[in-house]
Amino acid sequence: MRVYVDHAATTPCDKRVVEAMLPYFTNEFGNADSQHCFGRDTAKAVADARATVAKLIGCQPNELYFTGSGTESDNWALKGVALHRKNKGNHVIISSIEHHAVLTAADWLEKNGFRVTRLPVDSTGLVSIADLENAIDENTTLVSVMYVNNEVGTIQPVREIAEVAHKHGALFHSDCVQAMPYLKIDVKELGVDLLTLSGHKFYGPKGVGALYIRNGVKIDKLICGGGQERSQRGGTTNTPAVVGMAKALEIAVAEMDANNAHIEKLRDRFVERVLNEIPYVRFNANREHRVPSIANFSFEFVEGEGILMLMDFNGIAVSSGSACSSGSLDPSHVLLAMGVPIEVSHGSIRFSFGKDNTIEEVDYTVDKLKDTIAKLREMSPLFNVKTGGKYNV
Amino acid sequence: MYNQKVLDAFANPQNVGEIENPDGEGTVGNATCGDIMKITLRIENDVIVDAKFQTFGCAAAIATSSTATQMIIGMTVEDALKVTNAKVVEALEGLPPQKIHCSVLAEEAIKKAIEDYRAKKQNIKTDKSKIEYV
Repeated sequence: MRVYVDHAATTPCDKRVVEAMLPYFTNEFGNADSQHCFGRDTAKAVADARATVAKLIGCQPNELYFTGSGTESDNWALKGVALHRKNKGNHVIISSIEHHAVLTAADWLEKNGFRVTRLPVDSTGLVSIADLENAIDENTTLVSVMYVNNEVGTIQPVREIAEVAHKHGALFHSDCVQAMPYLKIDVKELGVDLLTLSGHKFYGPKGVGALYIRNGVKIDKLICGGGQERSQRGGTTNTPAVVGMAKALEIAVAEMDANNAHIEKLRDRFVERVLNEIPYVRFNANREHRVPSIANFSFEFVEGEGILMLMDFNGIAVSSGSACSSGSLDPSHVLLAMGVPIEVSHGSIRFSFGKDNTIEEVDYTVDKLKDTIAKLREMSPLFNVKTGGKYNV
Repeated sequence: MYNQKVLDAFANPQNVGEIENPDGEGTVGNATCGDIMKITLRIENDVIVDAKFQTFGCAAAIATSSTATQMIIGMTVEDALKVTNAKVVEALEGLPPQKIHCSVLAEEAIKKAIEDYRAKKQNIKTDKSKIEYV
């Protein structure tokens, strides 16, 4: 049995999306900027895709720019705004639990003379408006806070954050990569000036992202090149990918309520079983403000990489909160920011469910997880110390 | 990332557990770094007749613990002291560069357990580095 419960990492491309993309690899291959009929046909497809995405997030087509990834959109937003507005101020505010796309772009800004404030979060991963009020000043040109956190699924109060930013003359960007396909996105309701999306998180193709830039907001270019994307982002338009992204977004919005209900049911069963059947577990979540897909647990006395690998031996794909497996030895910056003790954070795993998962898969995952944790705890010197005895299944 | 030998050692670790009233005991590492290894030894006439480990750590830490205990069983304490982390890594046919430090723990735990054994023999009380869970 193979079970994929890592949808926050990426999702499979919906077959309807692939169908929509296919003609643009072969028959409709023209460069969207070419003057001839091949180019015109492709340009029409790109314009339609832009109009579709724009309509679904409540903006004008000329406010939407296609990019190569969510990471590129985040980089463009942070560096583009900070550099363009450097005469106004040199201060940028982000949250401490942003995705690395934002975190490292902010590090880059810091190295290049900007001042960066990283807002703390509470134990559920929420940014506080009071902290933002304290950090913001007349030199702040940009505030960037993600809508949904990728490790624990906490939903930030972006509307309130936007209001504070605007009150102080700063722009507001939100990385909304993890929000779609779980939350409706309307740029006006959210109050954002810039917003990032990524195609492959909502059953679209990889290698395509989008950045919304509100009309009237000027930012520096990141990728210089030809006249694509109204001369703001060079590079031949990836027609199949943008067509696929638009189709995926259409489906995601149309089927959101039904999928959310299904995914939430799976997640809730999973969480309930884990909390009831596995002792010494910490559930890292905000139970009120969260997406239905993510369940992040810290299993005490064991280390995340071992859990991930034993689950993988059983055909179950999960993600380790301990970055150990990805080459870095530091535990998750998100969990540490939430106050999870460092030794506990080492044993963290993110499970993220999707629309194609089943109850049987959830039960199989819990069953194998119980075995996995029991096996690793049996090996762990920490477990015996705390309980004074072996772990009894 | 890991080769098959490491995966096998991690999936089916040998000598997991704790020897009661061991002749030598060594614990190294700490929970903050995400690696703790405890080795207990049964030693007769300066020969290691049994070794068991308990490890909190990643797959590489568990694989090296298993392999290191297998290597030292049957050795004299003198020879066991010559089991370096490089030899454990060699027995596992290599580890990813960022995981080499995990193999150092095994070497250190063995050394500490043997020191404990020798100290006990000389009736000297040693610090067994009791681990505390914070």
